[in-house]
Amino acid sequence: MSNLPDPTDPHSSHRYIPNAGEDIREMLEVVGIDSIDRLFDTIPDDVKLDRLLDLPGPWSEVESRRWFRGLAARNKTAADHVSFLGGGAYAHYQPAVVDQLLLRAEFLTAYTPYQPEVSQGTLQSIFEYQTHQCLLTGLDVANASLYDGSTALCEAVLMAQRLTKGKTKAVIAKSVHPQYTQTVRTYIQNLGIELVEVGWGEDGRVDLDALRAACDGAFAVAIQSPNFLGVVEDYDAIAAATEGITRIAVIAEATSLGVLAPPGPHGFDICVGEGQAWGIPTQFGGPYVGFMVVRDALKRHMPGRLVGETVDVDGRRAYVLTLATREQHIRRAKATSNICTNEALIALAANMYLSLLGKEGLREVALQCMQKTARLRNILHKIKSIELPFAGPVYNEFVVRTPFPAQEILADLEHEKILGGIPLGTFYDGHERDFLVAVTELHTREQIEHFAAALSAAISRERR
Amino acid sequence: MTTPSITNSDEATTQRDVAQKSSTEPLIFERSKRGRRGYQLPPLDVPEQSLDELLPASLRRDEIADEVEVSEVDVIRHFTRLSKLNVSIDAGLYPLGSCTMKHNPRINEEIARTPGFALSHPLQPEHQVQGNLELLWTIEQTLKEIFGMPRVTLQPVAGAHGELTGILMVHKALAKSGNARKYILIPDSAHGTNPASAAFAGYEIRELKSNSRGTVELSTLEAAVNEDVAALMVTVPNTLGVFESEIRAMADILHAKGAYLYCDGANLNSFVGIARPGDMGIDVIHSNLHKTFSTPHGGGGPGAGPVGVSAKLVDFVPTPTVERREDGTFYLDFNHPDSIGRMRAFHGNFNVLVRALTYMRSMGPTGMRRIAQLAVLNANYIRARLRNHYHLPYDAPTLHEVVFSDKLQTAHDVHTLDIAKRLMDYGFHPPTIYFPLIVSGALMIEPTESEPREELDAFCEAMIAIARESEERPELVRSAPHTTPVRRLDEARAARQPILRWKR
Repeated sequence: MSNLPDPTDPHSSHRYIPNAGEDIREMLEVVGIDSIDRLFDTIPDDVKLDRLLDLPGPWSEVESRRWFRGLAARNKTAADHVSFLGGGAYAHYQPAVVDQLLLRAEFLTAYTPYQPEVSQGTLQSIFEYQTHQCLLTGLDVANASLYDGSTALCEAVLMAQRLTKGKTKAVIAKSVHPQYTQTVRTYIQNLGIELVEVGWGEDGRVDLDALRAACDGAFAVAIQSPNFLGVVEDYDAIAAATEGITRIAVIAEATSLGVLAPPGPHGFDICVGEGQAWGIPTQFGGPYVGFMVVRDALKRHMPGRLVGETVDVDGRRAYVLTLATREQHIRRAKATSNICTNEALIALAANMYLSLLGKEGLREVALQCMQKTARLRNILHKIKSIELPFAGPVYNEFVVRTPFPAQEILADLEHEKILGGIPLGTFYDGHERDFLVAVTELHTREQIEHFAAALSAAISRERR
Repeated sequence: MTTPSITNSDEATTQRDVAQKSSTEPLIFERSKRGRRGYQLPPLDVPEQSLDELLPASLRRDEIADEVEVSEVDVIRHFTRLSKLNVSIDAGLYPLGSCTMKHNPRINEEIARTPGFALSHPLQPEHQVQGNLELLWTIEQTLKEIFGMPRVTLQPVAGAHGELTGILMVHKALAKSGNARKYILIPDSAHGTNPASAAFAGYEIRELKSNSRGTVELSTLEAAVNEDVAALMVTVPNTLGVFESEIRAMADILHAKGAYLYCDGANLNSFVGIARPGDMGIDVIHSNLHKTFSTPHGGGGPGAGPVGVSAKLVDFVPTPTVERREDGTFYLDFNHPDSIGRMRAFHGNFNVLVRALTYMRSMGPTGMRRIAQLAVLNANYIRARLRNHYHLPYDAPTLHEVVFSDKLQTAHDVHTLDIAKRLMDYGFHPPTIYFPLIVSGALMIEPTESEPREELDAFCEAMIAIARESEERPELVRSAPHTTPVRRLDEARAARQPILRWKR
């Protein structure tokens, strides 16, 4: 191993690793050995690497900036285009305060709050986050976070099955985010659970007759609203059609809770979803934050961490991780979930966003999304050869149909610096002319009108 | 606010109480006042339609009762004050064993915030996100070299998520060859996530007893492996910090019976750049990027848990994968007919991967090796300095962490929890306690390579002082901590009568 660097050589030190040179020699002396290599005597020579890893670096910050910025510059994004992309990841207003506070080392560089006396900041914030989730969904108990919306749905399905021993069928609307459904299929593949999909009717809402029939003998039903087509479902009608089974509401666009009826008071037992829309960057899909809120009676069956209020020995109010007997570090193979690390920092960002926006702001964001979406729909409605195929009510996203393949229309819009939508044919057969368009409070009237004009022009060009 | 009554005799105590009370913070909901505002949007610039035309009243909600009304100043003050109730790695040693609380470089944060990454959308077509795809491809190549394995999936977003992914792949591979088998073997020193993940992948668990060195005895393994065993899940080095020196022989025993060797890579920090899992006969390994590769823990996530696999398992990795064409462009490949499927929507925790790759490039091959060398030296330095003051239940040589017990202190009715709490008064976060389960009263210390010698010395001196206090003033230790924002909590009450949200 002669070509490997000598760790005590001062030239081999690194800016992230303080101990070097003389310190290393003296520490080795305290340990009672003469070289660092001796520390690794328990690793057999035949599995030891006799060379350095074949990797670039070490890079200075200057070199890192150069290379990574170069990569980032090769993306076309909302940084230099006007984006109408949604489909489970939405660009909303991000208050400057949130990111600045997230960079506070006391939040950023702390671990899971196992020691409550020195973690009250994290613990109290989670308690507040849990409270926001309850207020928004109209349910009773929220956990500290799950990975994202798709895995939160997986956990909800598994939890629902634990509640109803013996039944093995779960029903899911085909209009739940298709990648969420795919993830559920991965999770349940060895657990003997059958997943039955139910399609939508002409208005884009779940087909209630088919739903009623499919739910016979099922242990749970999962419905997304607004669904993947952007259409708002009728919770009361769904509840009436699915008596006696656990109902799971899926929310992929969390700002919709600012104006839409919450699932809790309308017959749903579990609400899971994706909190990204609460001001988290779309950042190519993660990290985001999954949430789960349930009726009080279900709390001991929940996956994930829960923070509760208690007092310290002096009687002061304080917060602590609680009901841990559900969790893997206590219950091991019989835990309610295997989750350990979750998305605490993103949940903190959500707590900050929800607090800043508050009662008024959450409603105003939602109303602006609806008004601007309605504006675009009204303009598109008047353009011949553009169809809005689903008549059900929408929040901030909807399906557009033209006579031409969606991919071609979207490529045309890209020339106008518009990221115009998500081709629906990627997810559902027979929808090659359809694409999903999302509008949020960030879009201006000019951008909306420009989109409509560019779309109209693209269709005309395709015609020629 | 009423003035607390102060008598001369307890004046000092009361003053301390007042100081501590002021260091706690009301809930954001309790700061709410009608009419306050913490945001401003541009005015609506499109013609306003009647809400009833857009959405029937039955599908709408009224105002969100009890949601907060606070100003931006209130929010900044609130969260800044909350942050001051935490300790963090930036403030000092945070020696949680098996958690690898190392320095979190800020260049990683800066790079992750580059608009081209942060504003990219997960459903954009490939040609618009070539930079992201190249990044994902590059981090896979990097991890392949670090693991010595032919394929790495980047979808899992945490260690436990990686474990589930890995065991699902094992299941699928075995099922394809005709028999998915029934059991996963797990040593008694394992992390709790291992049995939980194996159970969620559809297996029953059989626990393997460790030998007197805390490692897996080959004869025990040999006796336990049969045609019903799918895999052994082993942590390398294990939770005592002991490297499984017979790892190759373990792999051979498993492979001879058609079973797989799973490695929990939570402790990769101890041998990164020194040895490679693939060269040890390991078939699957997950790596917690929020441990070895420095992405911040954030109070409990986000993380990332990429999984490396041996040649036998490459067909089963989650879809999509990122591939490079001959012309140097990148694409998402969904064509893996034997794949276990998708583990999460979109592309995993992309912006955690960006941070981790930045770190890997900052370290380079020499830095990577130095991580393990200094992490192991630091741990052994603590071990050498404390072994005359605390009981060392397993005397085998250890790598990046050292596990003591409270055996010497229990004679004075001072226990691990008391020692942990007393450390807070000395300004240190406690180590992991009561884990691994095979050590009674475990104190599991992992300093990482980030600690300068002075910090290690200060920690050791605090531990030695606590050992002395345990003999001379045990009550002081038993009633610790004394200087933290709150003192010991009534955890039983929290679980018995759970209050899990604020209510007006």
